[in-house]
Amino acid sequence: MSHVPILTLMLIVPLIGAVFSLMAGRETARVIALAATLIDLALGLVLWAQYDVGGAQWQFQEHADVFAGFAWKLGIDGIALTLIALTVFLMPICIGASWNAIEKRAGEYYAAFLFMETLMIGVFAAQDVFLFYILFEAGLIPMYLIIGIWGGAERIYASYKFFLYTLFGSVLMLIAMFWMANAAGTTDIPTLMQYDFAPAAQNWLFLAFFASFAVKMPMWPVHTWLPDAHVQAPTAGSVILAGVLLKMGGYGFIRFSLPMFPLASAHFAPLVWGLSIAAVVITSLIALVQTDMKKLIAYSSVAHMAIVTVGLFAFNRQGLEGSMVVMISHGVVSGALFLAVGVIYDRLHTREIARYGGLAINMPHYALFFLLFTMASIGLPGTSGFVGEFLALLGIYQASSWIALVATTGIILGAAYMLYLYARVVFGDQRHADAAALPDLDAREWAMMLPLAAAVLAIGVYPEAVLAPIRKDIGTLEARVALARPRGDGQVTTGAAPAPVVAALTAAPLKGMK
Amino acid sequence: MSAIVIIVFAPLIAAIIAGLGNKRLGLVPAKLITTGALVLACGLSWGVFIPFWAGHGVTSETALLTWVASGDLRFDWSLRVDTLTAVMLVVVTSVSALVHVYSWGYMDEEPDQPRFFAYLSLFTFAMLMLVTAGNLVQMFFGWEGVGLASYLLIGFWFRKPSARAAAIKAFVVNRVGDLGFMLGIFGVFLVFGTVSIPQILHDAPGLAGSTIGFLGQRWDTATVLCVLLFIGAMGKSAQLGLHTWLPDAMEGPTPVSALIHAATMVTAGVFMVCRLSPLFEQSPAALAFVTVIGAATCLFAATVGTTQTDIKRVIAYSTCSQLGYMFFAAGVGAYGAAMFHLFTHAFFKALLFLGAGSVIHAMHHEQDMRHYGGLARKIPWTFAAMLAGTLAITGVGIDDVFGFAGFYSKDAILEAAYARGTGVGQFAFAIGIFAALLTSFYSWRLIYLTFSGKPRWDGSDHIRHAVHHDHAQDDHGHDHAHDGTLGYHPHESPLSMLVPLAVLASGAVLAGFVFAPAFLSEGAGVFWNGALVFDESLLHAMHHVPEWVKLAPAGVMLTGLAIATYAYVFNPAFPGAVVARIGPLYRFLLNKWYFDELYAALFVRPAFALGRVLWQWGDIGLIDRFGPNGAAWVVARASRGAVRFQSGYLYSYALVMLVGLVGAISWVIAR
Repeated sequence: MSHVPILTLMLIVPLIGAVFSLMAGRETARVIALAATLIDLALGLVLWAQYDVGGAQWQFQEHADVFAGFAWKLGIDGIALTLIALTVFLMPICIGASWNAIEKRAGEYYAAFLFMETLMIGVFAAQDVFLFYILFEAGLIPMYLIIGIWGGAERIYASYKFFLYTLFGSVLMLIAMFWMANAAGTTDIPTLMQYDFAPAAQNWLFLAFFASFAVKMPMWPVHTWLPDAHVQAPTAGSVILAGVLLKMGGYGFIRFSLPMFPLASAHFAPLVWGLSIAAVVITSLIALVQTDMKKLIAYSSVAHMAIVTVGLFAFNRQGLEGSMVVMISHGVVSGALFLAVGVIYDRLHTREIARYGGLAINMPHYALFFLLFTMASIGLPGTSGFVGEFLALLGIYQASSWIALVATTGIILGAAYMLYLYARVVFGDQRHADAAALPDLDAREWAMMLPLAAAVLAIGVYPEAVLAPIRKDIGTLEARVALARPRGDGQVTTGAAPAPVVAALTAAPLKGMK
Repeated sequence: MSAIVIIVFAPLIAAIIAGLGNKRLGLVPAKLITTGALVLACGLSWGVFIPFWAGHGVTSETALLTWVASGDLRFDWSLRVDTLTAVMLVVVTSVSALVHVYSWGYMDEEPDQPRFFAYLSLFTFAMLMLVTAGNLVQMFFGWEGVGLASYLLIGFWFRKPSARAAAIKAFVVNRVGDLGFMLGIFGVFLVFGTVSIPQILHDAPGLAGSTIGFLGQRWDTATVLCVLLFIGAMGKSAQLGLHTWLPDAMEGPTPVSALIHAATMVTAGVFMVCRLSPLFEQSPAALAFVTVIGAATCLFAATVGTTQTDIKRVIAYSTCSQLGYMFFAAGVGAYGAAMFHLFTHAFFKALLFLGAGSVIHAMHHEQDMRHYGGLARKIPWTFAAMLAGTLAITGVGIDDVFGFAGFYSKDAILEAAYARGTGVGQFAFAIGIFAALLTSFYSWRLIYLTFSGKPRWDGSDHIRHAVHHDHAQDDHGHDHAHDGTLGYHPHESPLSMLVPLAVLASGAVLAGFVFAPAFLSEGAGVFWNGALVFDESLLHAMHHVPEWVKLAPAGVMLTGLAIATYAYVFNPAFPGAVVARIGPLYRFLLNKWYFDELYAALFVRPAFALGRVLWQWGDIGLIDRFGPNGAAWVVARASRGAVRFQSGYLYSYALVMLVGLVGAISWVIAR
């Protein structure tokens, strides 16, 4: 293992870039931003290559006491690794998406983005609860500025809503963290992950964290900030919001709620299930009637993230691994979809679905990419969207067939609203002269679309790339929540089998009967 | 590299080259690559099939790559070949290769040909992945892949609103079935701890008597699994209830209808039931369900088929009906007969569709049979081909001498349904006989309306348009002919279309006679070699059914022919008189039992209405109003800072709040 503090390096590079781009003009700032994000991507590749799959649980650990028990403690496991990889993968694409679109106060814009990259990587790498908290909450600031300054017409309302929701949750989480630090006598996350809090305490601790993570996910009914935030955010803001920021909620569940409060997780699982399946059905139906492209995709994000919570709270291997894959896949696919919207928004300056139509005629390459990402969103096997969704739903089926049934209706509704969107934008006749005159993808857009498309297909065909690094850590988590696992309503029995059949049964034992 | 790898992946590679190369590659190279790949795959497939036919094929599985490994769940990308797969390989690649060739002629005027051929090849790849699947999830991959290709091809003429709507409908209705399929896979994993098909089938006998909890009730395990999986089959194979997408799918170009919506994709459900036959055998209840759904579809589609006037829709309903036959054959345990009907049907139904395409080609895109008539002499080769297809589908033949393809397979299905001896079997038999009468009627009706009688082309806008167009070309200004032709001259299709017709016609004539011994006779168990459940005792019972059961199919076939001949040759006023007599029933059938209207009222419109309500009242009216907006109102009232909220200073205000918070934390910790 290398002795270079690579995680700290990954945090510092964008920070330095941010400082320089603050002082630079538009042309220079964007080059600085691109360079900084590409360096971080390269560092991320080094991290990935040097990560020892199946080795120690926590790798690349760094430790420096700052003051009074507050420590600069970094380190990653496979779960953090894949999310950091997702972050550094999406960042250069965000810079590319902003390349021509951002004109006012560009230096500050790129600085905000780079600062956010530091914070996001920091969240996934932090091993101290307070360090995590500060990075987790500070992540709001640049996003808040990006929406509030570079957003659309209703940006103030959107940023206010975004802030209010997330702040509400974070205050409760902070109080819970203080209590935990007091009770366990440590702020070290790996230690806390093995600490057994008293069952009664677990319940309210769980709820306090839940308030924060549920908003970040976002879960129904605290999701209404997301459509507004997406609609008002610039393209790159939407990409990073859907791609990475939403994943912090899921990461929070995996890192805090499940391992630290397994009993409370079991206790509140029915609540999470209920909210999740409500989200799948309700937000999918709402997505169906949207006339704004970004709003539609934002609502679809809520439905997809509900599959993550459903899978996590199945407390079994397939559910947990599936949820991770959904998060990675959704990060890539929803990012790609927002980018696809951005591509035509840059040309026509409207998100109104009805203003487009027949783009397959004048933008055939765009139509192909959009099709691929649409299919990935629908969860077509062979794309990344299928693997996670399939595993997560298979996981929850083992816990409850009712929940699985309702959650799986998402595959019908998802197909309906996405294909309806695709049909209105890409198919049909060219109804508007300006939309019919739009040019196809240029080189910059190709450079952004291709890696996303490659990732979608690669994870779809060979998800082992994502599953291998997380396998051991999910195994640890699974063991930790094993006592929380519900009995499941499947309960296969032999019933009143006639004698010869019993003989056959012993010859070929069934899994459900063990 | 083994042959199966080339068979499966050559079409994929060709699709990628033709699709991405598109117009830069050029029309002819794109067509050559895709067609070449399919001809190659077809040749190799027969090479795989013939050893199985001869009874010494070896079941094999070629592992390619791990797909997913998650705890106990593990499945790979692999290509499994046994008798059942080998049969499907020849069906899929043969029809696909012929359709590729046919499309050279049929799609000749289309500027977007590379895209079309790429989709066709992509479809073939997905279908081949489906039939070679060694586990349920890869089968689902192929299942969804053919769904995607079907979606793209139905919507090939994407400028047409009707094509666009039909494409979405096909995908979404299929997804309803997929819900069942996915839950079925989950259930299978819960019960067996694996999704590997051979392993499941090996362990299936252990299910007898076992129960499972599902949706709060306790059920027979095998019944739950089989019914869930069968719901998937109902979607893909357009069975009653989930059939509504298939007629609309006729919006796609006709070669697509032949390949996807007749010969291959829609039979995937039948394939699935046969593939999993040892599992289905564990649940008499599920088999009864399959039988009833199959029989009901068979009857429903045949009744609707008698009233439709669009030539493609008649054949589409006919397909739906024939799929019903296959399912109730499987339901009564005659999986071999089901597969044999799938096999023969692929030839004669592809033939009928491609023949219809040839007629449409000759009639300048007119599809309404009311505007046809008298075409037999104008396009004699097409007529001959359609005639062969009709003889095959209606099951013309004499026992122990010779019969057209459908004669062997359909008679076997009907005899098996009777011989099964169960009430459900008798029910299916009765329905099957009646549907055979209707099949004969609507098939001959199609032939008479299209090819015999006097031309009625003057009613067609398409023909009038074509003639008018010709008029503008030459200024001779000759008068319209008054013989119903408008002076239009239909032309026989080019060789690229006629050759596939000829090949399929020979299949429709000979496939039954040549292959029936292997698929159906005593000792067919050797041919199937455990790839599906082959019930020898049922076969014996079929030989001993009463004579009237054996003669009934021929009797109803002749009756249908007689009625059609009377109504459309001797007494053309007859159909009108009947329609006037049975008005409501006729409208009920013409409107396809009002399924579309029912679903629109039950599902489509409520979904949109509910979406609007949940959005406007739920999200905006309730959550936002009492959530963030309410909070803002309270804060604004408390601080009298309403102006600040609206003037854009909010973000600096919020920033201060957060900085303060961070400061507070630091203070608390440092203390």
